[in-house]
This record gives sequence, structure tokens and C-alpha cells, in this order.
Amino acid sequence: MNLQEQYVAFTTIVRKEIKRYLRIWTQTLLPSAITMSLYFVIFGTLIGSRIGEMGGFTYMEFVVPGLIMMAIVTNSYSNVVSSFFGAKFSGSVEELLVSPVSNVVILMGYVVGGVSRGLLVAVVVTLVSLFFTDLTIHSYFIVVVVVLMTSTLFALAGFINAVYANSFDDISIIPTFVLTPLIYLGGVFYSMDLLPEFWANVSKLNPLVYVVNAFRYGVLGVSDVSLPIAFGMIIIFTTLAFGYSMHLLNSGKRLRQ
Amino acid sequence: MIPALEIENLSKVYDNDFEALKGISLSVKQGDFFALLGPNGAGKSTTIGIICSLVAKSAGKISVFGIDIDEDFPAAKRHIGIVPQEFNFNQFEKGLDIVINQAGYYGLAPGLARERAEKYLRELGLWEQRDIPARMLSGGMKRRLMIARSLVHEPQLLILDEPSAGVDIEMRRSMWDFLRRINAQGTTIILTTHYLEEAEALCRHIAIINHGKIVENTSMKELLRQLDREVFILDCLEELPEVITIDGFLIRRVDDHTLEVEVQKGQHLNQIFNALDVAGVHISSMRNRANRLEEMFVNLVEGAA
Repeated sequence: MNLQEQYVAFTTIVRKEIKRYLRIWTQTLLPSAITMSLYFVIFGTLIGSRIGEMGGFTYMEFVVPGLIMMAIVTNSYSNVVSSFFGAKFSGSVEELLVSPVSNVVILMGYVVGGVSRGLLVAVVVTLVSLFFTDLTIHSYFIVVVVVLMTSTLFALAGFINAVYANSFDDISIIPTFVLTPLIYLGGVFYSMDLLPEFWANVSKLNPLVYVVNAFRYGVLGVSDVSLPIAFGMIIIFTTLAFGYSMHLLNSGKRLRQ
Repeated sequence: MIPALEIENLSKVYDNDFEALKGISLSVKQGDFFALLGPNGAGKSTTIGIICSLVAKSAGKISVFGIDIDEDFPAAKRHIGIVPQEFNFNQFEKGLDIVINQAGYYGLAPGLARERAEKYLRELGLWEQRDIPARMLSGGMKRRLMIARSLVHEPQLLILDEPSAGVDIEMRRSMWDFLRRINAQGTTIILTTHYLEEAEALCRHIAIINHGKIVENTSMKELLRQLDREVFILDCLEELPEVITIDGFLIRRVDDHTLEVEVQKGQHLNQIFNALDVAGVHISSMRNRANRLEEMFVNLVEGAA
């Protein structure tokens, strides 16, 4: 296939993915808006007003970037894991596998589909947050770059999960037992300065620490970790996830017999 | 002329050490209508899976219109359309979207994709159902949807794995007509089926695979010529005498109005009719006891077992 044909195949996958999550918007877009509204009310308004300042900002201002990032992470991940596993489960992934479309285009199509859902949910959650606080953006450039890189990273992670999953239980195990704890321990609700030194160092193994803090820097201009290190870690994790995803596709593991 | 499909010494050993294919070789001519028959587990679906890249081969070589799949599989895939045995589309998508998406995976621009989707959905009688989610279509419609999907990039080689499974007789006949039409237009067709009547009605060449080996590979005419005997059922107008014999034929009285006659290779039916006429028995109709090919198939498969 020439480049133009590969591009057509890529846009076909992306369009199909977007149509899929828009068709079931009550399952894909609405829950994040409701959940985040509850977070804003409970953690930001009710509990936050008693906590006082965190990192030099009101607690509501402090948690908003983390909560937006949480929505991006969970949505970009769950879009790819559920869509690709669904395609495996129904056999419709064979439509792609028998076609001449290249593996990198298949991967990028699903990833961009997941990224687009992450972005759409980010916009929805940001709009909801405006009912609770005034958002002033420190650096639009950093915000956009971090959002794109993070949603790409977790869309790739969702893809790997989908390839390994054998049942619908398998696509909820990682989000429940790995992703959610990493998010909660990734500095969404607290500053790393509050942790004892040992646990602060342990936290540095958590990729969510870097994405949350890089995004918080973009919004508020403060971060618990150095920005170059945060970007470096996100790039390293994304590269590893991309490389492994391509390895899975090229080897045909769990996709071809 | 370059064959549409050339398979040389193809082997497949699965991870559980099951040897599904033991070095099979096949050649399918361009424009042919080819049947690949075999009992369940013989290796038909494995062969098809390897041709369309869903199964990795262990050894051997496959060329599609002269393109070695090891050298340029994407180019080879452009020539292949596949209709699998199982429904393998997203049941929540509309039929039109399924076909248009498949066109997109082959790089067809959206305008052309829609045009082709309309063409094949109309030809297969699904245009009125184009906006219905696939799960709501009948079994026959789903199978025709998969045929439309497989043709949208206009492949030169169409492979159908059990296309008549779950399809009623009327639908099967119209599908046969459609397949004959696209074959007449130049599309090479490979068919696996359990309905041997289907293979006999449609295919010009046939290969029989059993236990991962090709046990027969010849033209349909040649295969049928090899039949050394056929059994016919004769329905008679008058009540038959208790004992009836015809010299040189094995004959059995089934009931008062039915005879079963075994005809060996070289014998001809006129002898039977003449003898029955002399005996005052008049034949109202005649049919094979079993499909001719079915008998041959059973002999070959049992002989190889």
C-alpha cells in the first residue's frame, strides 16, 4: 500500500473508533463528567475547604489538574482496551489482519481513537471544573503536549492489555488493581512533599507522578518533580509501550495462530 | 499463465504439537472454481488461515498471483477476498459501515468505498438493510454481508469457507448464481464446503484433504469418471412383482413401488430400462441414492484413514 492508501486505512480506523464511543456516549463520556463532578464537590468543595492550601494553591485549584489528568488516563486506556478486545472477542479484528494495512497503522489508528476520547473527556471535565473554580493556564503549550503524550501512553498500555486479555474480566483487572491505585498514589490529591522521603522515592517509579505533575505545571506552574525529568520519563514509558505494542503486532502473539 | 494460488510443501504444527498440515501442495489456475473438501479437522481452515495471514505457517511456500507471501504479503493480500466460516464482524455496526470500513482498510478512498459498498450490497440484496445493525440480520443475510465485504476491494481470488452453512435452499441457490456470475467475470474462487452437492454444482477442480494431506487433486469430471459404481433409486408406476431380477445388475426391491439398482462402471442404464419394460414395469422417476461425489469422498477419506 502506498502512503495515501495507508492514510485512508488510518482515518478509517480512527473514524470507526470515534463513531463507536460517540454511539455509546452514555457509557463512554457521561460517567467521567458525573464522577469528576462528584470529586469536585466532595474533595474540592466539602473536604477541600477544610484542608486549606496545598502547594501554594487552594485545594480545589490543586486537585483540578490531577482530576482532569485522571479522566484522560482512564478514558484513553479504557477506549483502546475495550475496543480492541471487543474486536478480538467478536473476531472483527480479522477484518484488519487479513487486509494489507500495516501494523503501525493499525496501532496508531487505535491509539489516536483512544487519544481523541481522552481529549474529548478532558474538555468535558474541564468545562465541569469551571463551575467550581477559575482555571488560569500557566502554559498552554505544556498542557497540550502533556495531554497528547499522556493519552498516547495510556492508549498504548490499553492496547497491550487488550492483546493479552482472554476475557472481559481481564480488561478490568489492570484498570482496577493497577491503574486506579497508581492514579490515586500519583499525586492527584496530595503534594509529594507530604510523603516521607522513602515513599516519595518509591512514588518516582509511578509514571502517573510524572504525568500529573507535568500537567499541573502546565496549569498552575508548580510541580513536585523536575519538568525535564517528567517529560523524559513520559517519553521513555511511551517509547517502551510503543515498542512492545509493535512487537506484539509483528509477532502476531495472541492475534494470529 | 501464473496460477492464482500456488502452495508448495505447506506445513503447520500448532503450539500443542498438533500437525495440521503435512507438506501439502496445490495449484489453482486463474479463473478456476476450486473446491477444497475434507472432513472436520482435516486442515482446510488451517490452509485458508495461512493464505490470508490469520495462521502462521511452519514451513512451505505460498504464492498468490505470483507474489510470494514471504516477500510481499500486503501485495498478495490485495488479491485475496476471504469469507470466513464464522461471522467475524462487529454485530453492533451497520452493514453499510462494515463494508465501507473494509474498503478503507484496503486504502479505497471514501467516495469509491461507498460506491463499491452500494454496488455489492445491491447485488447481494442487502441494500435495503444497509442501516440495520448487523446483529439484526438473518443468518443468510449475515453470510451475504460477509461476501459483500470480501468483494469490496474487488479481489481476483475469492476464498469462501463453508459459505452455505446456515443458509436456506433458496438463498443458497441465489448465492450460487452470484458466485457463478463473478467467476464468469474472471474471479478465481476457492470454496470449502460440507455440501458435496454444492462442490459438484459449482466447481471445476477439486482437492480432498484428510489428516493434513492431499488425498485427491483433480478435475471434477475426472473425479466423477473414477466412480466405479452408482446406486439409483427407481420409482415405478405399477406394483412390483415379489421377485425381480435383471441379468448383470444387483437389484433390490425396496417396497411395492421402489427399486434400488447398482450400476457398475461400463454398464449402461438402457439395459435396465429394457429389462424392466419387458417385465411390464414402468419407471416414473429415477434419482441417485446418494450424491455421487459424496460416495467418492467417503471412499477417499476412509481409504486414507
